[in-house]
Amino acid sequence: MRFSDYCSLTLVIGLFILAALLPLIPDSDYLMSLALPIAMYTVLATSWALFSGPTHYISLATGAFYGVGAYVVGTGIEFIPYPVLLLIAGFSGIVLAGLVGIATLRLSGVYFVIFTLGLAELIRQLVTWIQNNFTGSRGLYVLTDITENYIYWQLIALTALVFLVGWLIKRSRLGFALRIIGNDELVAGHCGINSAGCKVILFMVSGCFAAVVGAVMAPRFTYIEPSMAFSPELSFQVVIMALLGGVHRLWGPLVGVIPFTLLWEVIASSFPTQTVLLLGVSFLLIVYFIPDGVVGRLEDLVKSMRLARPGSNRG
Amino acid sequence: MEVLTNGFLLGATYALLAMGLTLQYGVARIMNLANGEMLVAGAFAAFWAFTANQISPFYAVLFVVPLAFIFNWLVYRYLLTPLVRRAKSQGQLEVDTILATFGMSFALVGIMLMLFGGEFFTYSYLAEPFEIFGSPYGLNRVVACLASVFICGLLFWAIYTTRIGMAMRALTSNPDAASLVAIDVPRMSALAFSLGGAVSAVGGIMLSTFLTLDASIGVVFTMKALIIVIMGGVGDIRGAIIAAMVLGIAETLVASLIDPGLTLAAAYLLFILVLLFKPEGLFGRKAI
Repeated sequence: MRFSDYCSLTLVIGLFILAALLPLIPDSDYLMSLALPIAMYTVLATSWALFSGPTHYISLATGAFYGVGAYVVGTGIEFIPYPVLLLIAGFSGIVLAGLVGIATLRLSGVYFVIFTLGLAELIRQLVTWIQNNFTGSRGLYVLTDITENYIYWQLIALTALVFLVGWLIKRSRLGFALRIIGNDELVAGHCGINSAGCKVILFMVSGCFAAVVGAVMAPRFTYIEPSMAFSPELSFQVVIMALLGGVHRLWGPLVGVIPFTLLWEVIASSFPTQTVLLLGVSFLLIVYFIPDGVVGRLEDLVKSMRLARPGSNRG
Repeated sequence: MEVLTNGFLLGATYALLAMGLTLQYGVARIMNLANGEMLVAGAFAAFWAFTANQISPFYAVLFVVPLAFIFNWLVYRYLLTPLVRRAKSQGQLEVDTILATFGMSFALVGIMLMLFGGEFFTYSYLAEPFEIFGSPYGLNRVVACLASVFICGLLFWAIYTTRIGMAMRALTSNPDAASLVAIDVPRMSALAFSLGGAVSAVGGIMLSTFLTLDASIGVVFTMKALIIVIMGGVGDIRGAIIAAMVLGIAETLVASLIDPGLTLAAAYLLFILVLLFKPEGLFGRKAI
């Protein structure tokens, strides 16, 4: 590692420590109510971008994984210790992603998008059906002594983990293979890369994180209901934030998450009835005007400034 | 027998939805995830016409079709054409249109929530029994089925015998070659997209005569239409009609044998089977 790498590493660790110290500030309730969703969406959007960034496959199923994670905790909280539940949630995320991936990722991206579009709704129907016929009650109570601060620290730890995993993947053979697949799948196939296999593995990683986030967030709900846990808006918000930030860099989604969560806080409190419409409109604006995300725009700007310099010497 | 007839009655309406999507995806190459919202908008229009003005839903078709056509044309012209121009490849276009129409679907749901609120809406039209083979069926279902069959037949005739239909089929098989034989590709795509949207809205009217809908249910119908189109083979209208029947019967089977809340699961099951065994569609050939 070079000196600058050590510098950025220290900077990142420093930022994480600062973020982790946030709940210790006295009277930080309001700050926490902003920081918690930011941390949550950072994990979701970054893990989403881990898969969708290099492969260009748009997953609309974050909500499904999230809901599965939340339901694992909701169902098992009375019998199984919480940390084990987190592991089970992550594992069920992996299994679900694996099944979806094996069915769809061998084929072109359209099938995958369609499959993930309805996945949350499908699982919601199944869960509702099971609850109506076998357990009797619609909702689940999650009563624990896990405080908001504890959830926040878990999310911060997950954020660190997702960045670490993303960094490791980028340096690994898998990451290299993915870059080739993203640029030209045909070439990747000719190089002997099992492109479907790579995608499935990456989708499993992404699904695992989303499920664990759902599990971590479950104690905050106290009452879980299918229509709440599997809301389509969650999948949508994650895609928006990741695209707003930019999916080509590991830290890109973070750049989108922070402003969007803050903006959303304002919108949700001032126009509570029009949130769906505004969500759609803001999404369209991003797709049309900043398709590469803020980070992509900034990088373009830096590049053009570098190119402009020799030109100005001439003039 | 009852299941089969009910499945057929439902399948005919699904065929209509699938035709709308086939026109949009097969011909205009736009993967429209907002298709179901168009359907719900059509259903809302029929609901409004019936409850507020006592107009029969079948007369509502007369004003819904031009409105939906114009709306979809505007969407194609001003929202999707820039994406078509910007796209460097088919894959890029696919990603962009999926994202854009996904955003549109949310915007449309938002607008409909604003106009109509989040309640379920239903109205009672021709809700009287009608006997086929000795067992009673809702007359509204039968009439909706007949109307759908009629419209499907009309489209089928238009696509397989008229010049415009031939141009559309040419676009389906190869857009680059189509422009070589003097087919105005952008105009034809816009026409197919708008027509597809109008057909979807009509499908919504048909569904609204016998189903209870709400503003955010569109995505379920988008899913079903997409599954039918893929099962039938993209751009293959005959395949889509048969796939729609299969889906209608499968859903009715699941609804009557297991639980009416699991219809989407039935659709997914078919989808998975198709993906695993015949991803090129029921009558499709493997791409070479």
